[in-house]
Amino acid sequence: MERTVRQYLLEPLLARNPITVQALGICSALAVTVGLRPSLLMAVAVIAVCGFANAAISLIRTRIPTSIRLIVQIVVIATFVVVVDELLKAYAPETSKRLSVYVFLIVTNCIVLARVESVAMNKPVWPSFVDGIGSGLGYGLVLAIVGSIRELLGAGSLLDEPVFVTAANGGWYEPVGLFRLAPSAFFIIGLLIWAGHRFAKPEDAPGTGQR
Amino acid sequence: MNDYLALFLQAAFSENIMLVFFLGICTAIATSKSMEAALGAGVAIFVVQSVTVPLNSLLNTYLFRPGALEWAGLPEIDLSGLGLIASIGVIAATVQLLEMVVDKHFPRLYNAFGVFLPLITVNCAILGGSLFSIQRNYDLVESTVFGIGSGAGWALAVILLAGIRDKLRYADVPKGLEGTGITFIVMGLMAMSFMGLSGIYAS
Repeated sequence: MERTVRQYLLEPLLARNPITVQALGICSALAVTVGLRPSLLMAVAVIAVCGFANAAISLIRTRIPTSIRLIVQIVVIATFVVVVDELLKAYAPETSKRLSVYVFLIVTNCIVLARVESVAMNKPVWPSFVDGIGSGLGYGLVLAIVGSIRELLGAGSLLDEPVFVTAANGGWYEPVGLFRLAPSAFFIIGLLIWAGHRFAKPEDAPGTGQR
Repeated sequence: MNDYLALFLQAAFSENIMLVFFLGICTAIATSKSMEAALGAGVAIFVVQSVTVPLNSLLNTYLFRPGALEWAGLPEIDLSGLGLIASIGVIAATVQLLEMVVDKHFPRLYNAFGVFLPLITVNCAILGGSLFSIQRNYDLVESTVFGIGSGAGWALAVILLAGIRDKLRYADVPKGLEGTGITFIVMGLMAMSFMGLSGIYAS
């Protein structure tokens, strides 16, 4: 079945969400979500890398020898990651410090490699680009949700702006320290996967569909 | 000596690379379905991690850090933009070499690794370990200890996870939470218990 460009963009948001439905790219999704701001920045970085790496690979897809295609793909992805990292260092130095090594780890993010391998290697440039952006958006959506929950409950703020006045500042809200620590991210993602299964297309559920 | 022991315990338990820094989770979820696969992946990660982390930290010290080329008389050349691609190259090459050596000299171990050894090239725990040791400026001994500790920690976590998932088959998990979902909840609980081990080296 041929998918339209619109489907390429919108399907990864819910029906084929890379994190909740296909269980890809989870590592970085958990690590950067202590606050909403690093989550959004990370999402933008992944969207950019995913879109442009897809487009670039799609441009040269007929010229890549099959035997070394993984190496070519990884080098192309790594190049875009280095570019994104330099841009982040220049325009958002504070947040880029909070993201630390996780920007570099986009290289090994399975979402990017999965899109490149399954779409960019056999589709023209425009659908590949849109597919990369769509997958990035689906990833970003989950990141934004997890980031909001953790920052709101863990620090009583959103985007570093106070929403609930915390007890330390004379307010009523006692921040739940657990939400700033690692375990909470696991719990929230676990529950989101549960919720995400409602929207999943059956053939894409983990264990039954393609990876 | 005490510092190195502390670093090892920190890397293996209280800052476990899987449960606290969320690295290598995709692999962990895929391999913890069976104990055998978890053992193979755990040992493979442990071996590759212990080799690549010190290697990458060495390369960074003498090639890619800003001003690192001073020993060659070129202090003004900054190759740090190439560091990431070089790290990946080192990992890919190490995995390839290791595969050949293990295949030749330890065929039983090779069979235990199965498909996991080549897949490790794109594992974020390996790349993440190298990047952490570079970012924290570990010297050669420290990065060796860190590599061994974090590799051992990952292996321990994935083997424990496989054991727990084995028991979970007899549990009545809500539909929809089965499989990946409940695995995350279990990992969250494991992360809490691993964090509980922080502070044991305070001396």
